[in-house]
Amino acid sequence: MTDARALRDLGPRPVWVRVHGVSKSYGDLAVLRDVDVCFRPGRITAVLGPNGAGKTTLLKMILGLVRPDEGTVTLGQARVNGDAAYRRDIGYMPQLPRFPDNLTGHELASMLDDLRGFEGRPDDSLVESFGIVTEMSKPFRALSGGNQQKLNAALALRYRATVLVLDEPTAGLDPVAARVLKDRVRTERDAGRTVLLTSHDLGQLQSLADDVVFLLDGVVRFEGEVSELLAATGQAELEGAIAALILEGGDERSGPARSSGCGEEVA
Amino acid sequence: MRRALLAVAAVVAAAVARPGVAAAQRPDVLRVGAAGPYTNVTAAVAAAHPHDTVVVEPGVYREETVVIDRPLTLLGREGAVLDGEGRRGLVVVAADSVSVLGLTLRDTGITFVDDRAALRVERVRFCHIEGNRIENAFFGIYLANAGDCVVRNNVLIAHGDRESRAGNGIHLWYSARVTIEDNRVEGHRDGIYFEFVEDSRVRGNRSQDNLRYGLHFMFSDGCSYLRNSFRRNGAGVAVMYTRGVVMEGNDFDDNRGGAAFGLLLKEITDSRIAGNRFHRNSVGIHAEGANRLEVVENDFVANGWAVQVLANSEESSFRRNNFVGNSFDVSTNSRRTYSTFEDNYWDRYRGYDRDRDGTGDVPFRPVRLFSLVVEQNEPALVLQRSFLVTLLDLAESVLPMLTPDNLVDARPALNPIATPWRPS
Amino acid sequence: MSTTRKVFRYQTRNVVRSRALIGYALFFLATTLGLVRLGGGVERVLPSLANVVLLAVPLVSLLVATIFLYDGRPFTELLLSQPVGRRSLFAGLYLGLTLPLIGAFLLGVGLPLASSGATQEVPGQAVLLLLSGTLLTAVFTAIGFVVAFTLGDAARGLGAALLLWLVLTVVYDGVVLIASHAFAAYPLERPMLVAMVLNPVDLARVLILIAVDASALLGYTGAVFQDFFGKGWGLVGAAVSLTAWIALPYAWALRRFTRMDF
Repeated sequence: MTDARALRDLGPRPVWVRVHGVSKSYGDLAVLRDVDVCFRPGRITAVLGPNGAGKTTLLKMILGLVRPDEGTVTLGQARVNGDAAYRRDIGYMPQLPRFPDNLTGHELASMLDDLRGFEGRPDDSLVESFGIVTEMSKPFRALSGGNQQKLNAALALRYRATVLVLDEPTAGLDPVAARVLKDRVRTERDAGRTVLLTSHDLGQLQSLADDVVFLLDGVVRFEGEVSELLAATGQAELEGAIAALILEGGDERSGPARSSGCGEEVA
Repeated sequence: MRRALLAVAAVVAAAVARPGVAAAQRPDVLRVGAAGPYTNVTAAVAAAHPHDTVVVEPGVYREETVVIDRPLTLLGREGAVLDGEGRRGLVVVAADSVSVLGLTLRDTGITFVDDRAALRVERVRFCHIEGNRIENAFFGIYLANAGDCVVRNNVLIAHGDRESRAGNGIHLWYSARVTIEDNRVEGHRDGIYFEFVEDSRVRGNRSQDNLRYGLHFMFSDGCSYLRNSFRRNGAGVAVMYTRGVVMEGNDFDDNRGGAAFGLLLKEITDSRIAGNRFHRNSVGIHAEGANRLEVVENDFVANGWAVQVLANSEESSFRRNNFVGNSFDVSTNSRRTYSTFEDNYWDRYRGYDRDRDGTGDVPFRPVRLFSLVVEQNEPALVLQRSFLVTLLDLAESVLPMLTPDNLVDARPALNPIATPWRPS
Repeated sequence: MSTTRKVFRYQTRNVVRSRALIGYALFFLATTLGLVRLGGGVERVLPSLANVVLLAVPLVSLLVATIFLYDGRPFTELLLSQPVGRRSLFAGLYLGLTLPLIGAFLLGVGLPLASSGATQEVPGQAVLLLLSGTLLTAVFTAIGFVVAFTLGDAARGLGAALLLWLVLTVVYDGVVLIASHAFAAYPLERPMLVAMVLNPVDLARVLILIAVDASALLGYTGAVFQDFFGKGWGLVGAAVSLTAWIALPYAWALRRFTRMDF
C-alpha cells in the first residue's frame, strides 16, 4: 500500500498515443482513411464528428478491439495488437454500461482486478464521491441507469491507468455527478494522464477538452487545441466551429502543423 | 413274472433264514464305487432286483452306456460323475418306474447319426429324473413315447456354438402327462422342446442363452407352462400348431435379434396368455394365424415391438395388459384387424378422464404411423423418437388415414394395471 | 489459462444467478418429477424425458448463449480492453455459460431420476440420457457462439438461431425421411447412419435410442445396424462424433472471436 501511494505521488509515466497512417474499411465502406493523430499526456482530447464519422472505430482501435487494415497504433513504446499487456495502461469507459446483470458492483470490480492482475490498492475514490458505496453490494440489474453509469466511470478510473478512454462519459449522469466526473477527469489530466473522450454535448466539451480531433467521413479534418479551432473558424462556441467545419466541406486537414506528429520532445 | 416270483420267494426265504436283517435286504441297496462291491454302474444294475437302489459313490465312471432295464432307483452321491468321453450317451431308461437322481452326466460328444442324449427315456412310464447335472451333452434329457414322468431340478449346461452342432436340453417327443419343473437349461439348441406332447406341465424352469428357442413347442395340445423364465435365447420362445395352451406367469426377457421373439405364436388356437412379463425383447408377442387367444394382464415393457398381430389372426382379445416403454406397441400388416384391444394401459396415451372412471374418454390407437413407415423402409428406424416422427404420429392419431381404423382401444386405462406377475 | 479460470468464475456466478438458468433447472425438475409421479416406472419416464431433452436442450442452449452474448456485447468489449488475450477470454466465456447450463440440466433431470430410483434401476440408460443432454448443451452453446460472433445484429442472430434449431430438430429429419423413401431401392443403412452423424441432434438421439430402443434396433435385420447397435460401436461412435460436434463450432467461433473487430 505504501508502495502504491509512493508510485502515485511520483505521478504516472507519460504515455503518448499515436495513430499513424491508419485506414479501415468494412467491405466497401471506408471508415477511416489514412488517419494520423496524436493524443498527448496531460491533455484532454475530444474526438468529435457526426455519427458514422469513425469516432468509435478510432477509439476501438486504440483499445485493440478493431484492427487497422493499414497503419499502426502505439501507446508509448507498445504497439497495439501485439502483446495484450499494453492494455494495462488503459482505463476504458464504454458508452453503454451493459454489465452482467447478476454481479454486484463489488464483484464486477474484483473481476476486473483479477483480470488485470491488479495487486495494489485500487482507487475507490469515485465510488465515494458519487455516493454509491452501498450500491456496490447490489446486483447490477438493481441499479438505476444513473448509478450504472457512475459504476461504469468508477471502474474506468479504478486502476490509475495512464490512458483514459471515455466514450460519452457524462451521458446519463445527473448534473451533480457529471460535475464530479468532469472534475475528476481534469485532476487526472493535471496528473499527466492522457485522456481521450467523445461526447455529443459540445458545450460541455468546450469547458473540458484541451484538444480536438475532428473526424468527417473517416478523415481527420482538424487536429489541434480548442482555442486554435475557434480562432481558425472565427467562432466563439465549439458548436459553431464544428458547424463551420462541416459546411466548409473538402478533404483538407486544418489545424496547426506539428513537426514530428506527437512532439515527445515537449516532455 | 417268473423272475418276480423268484424274487419274492428269495425275500421270504431270507426272512425266514435270518430274521431281523431281512427287511433291510429287499429292496436292496447296491453300492458302486472304487471300493466296490460294484466298480461300475452297469454291473450294479445288472445285479439289481426291481425297486432296488443303486447308489453311485463319488468318482468318475467311464463305461458303456448304462441301460436301466428294470424299475429301480439310480442315486448318485455328490461327485458321482458318468463321463461319456465324447463318444456315447450315458443312461438309457428302458423300464417303467425308474428314478435317476443326483448324478452328473457329461460329455456325450456330438453325433449327426442319432439324437445322442445324456439321458434317454424311451417307451416307459413313471420315470422320475431329479437333481441331476448334465454338462456338455448333445441332447440332455430325451423323452420319447414317455408318460407320467417328472423331470425336476436338473441343471443342463452346454456350450453350443452353432445350432447344427447342438442338441436340445430337455426334449420331449410323443409323450404325455409329463411334468418339467424347476430345471435350468443353458447353451443348448432349444432349451425345452415339445413335439406331440399332451397334458403336460412346464413350470418354474429357467431356460436361457440357448442358441435357438428357450422353449420350442409344437403340436402339443392341452399343455401349460407357468412361471418359467426364458432369457437371452437366440430366437426366444416358439409355440406352434397347437390348441389349448396355457401360458401364465412366465418371464420373457432380453430375447433380442433380427428373428428373436419373446413369444412367437403360429397357428395357435383357444389359448390363454396371462400374467406374463415381456421385457426387452425385439418382439414381445408375434402372432401369426393365432385365433381366439386370450391375452390378459401381461406386462409389455421396453420391447422393440410389444405385439405384432398379423391379419390372419382372428378373434383374439388383448385386455388389461400394460404397455410401457416399448418402441412400438402394436403393429400389423393390414388396415383391417380381427382382434380386439380393451382396457389396456398404454403409456403413450394422452387422453383425459372427465367422468373419473379410470378409463380414458378418448379411444387410443396403438398403431403408430411410424411403424408403417419402418415396415416399408427399415433403415428409417434410426429416426425413431425424432420430433418429426412425433409430429407425424400425432397427425395420424388425430386424423387416421393409414393406420388400421378398427384397431383401437376404446377404453384405455389411465393408470398401470396391477398384473399378477411377480418377480421370483 | 488463469484468465480463463477468472472469466469462468465470474461468468458462472452471473449465469447461475440468472432467472433464465434457474427457470431452466426448475423446468427440468418439474418435468422429470411430473413424469416420475405419473407412474409407469423408469421404462416410461426415460423415453418421455428423452423427447423433452432432445427438444428443449438445443433450443434453450442456443437461445441462452446467443442472448447472453448479444446482451453482454459491451461487457465483452470491456473485458477485451483489459490486458488479457482473446483466446483465453473466449474459453472463459464459453465454459462460464456452458457449464452452468449443463449443471442446471443435470440437476433438474438427475436429481428426480436418482430419487425415483431410475439411476439405480437402469444406470446405463440414465447415464446415456444425461450424457447426451450434456454433450448436446455443449454443442449448442458453441453453435450459439458461432451465431453471435458471425451475425452482428441481435435480431438477425436470434432469428438465425431459431431457424437453425428448427432445421436441425425437424426439417433435417424430414429431408432424411423423404430421401430414404426416394432411394428405398438402395442399401440405406450406411447412408442413414452418416446422415445421423451430420446432425448433432440426431447423434444425441441415437445415444438415447441405444439406451431405450435397443430392443427394436436389434430386431432390425440389417447387418450394419446389428454391428452398430449391437456391439457398442454405436455408443462409442455417437459419443465421439457428438464431442467432435462440440469442437467444430467451438473452433469456428474461436477463430471468429480472435480475428473479428468489435
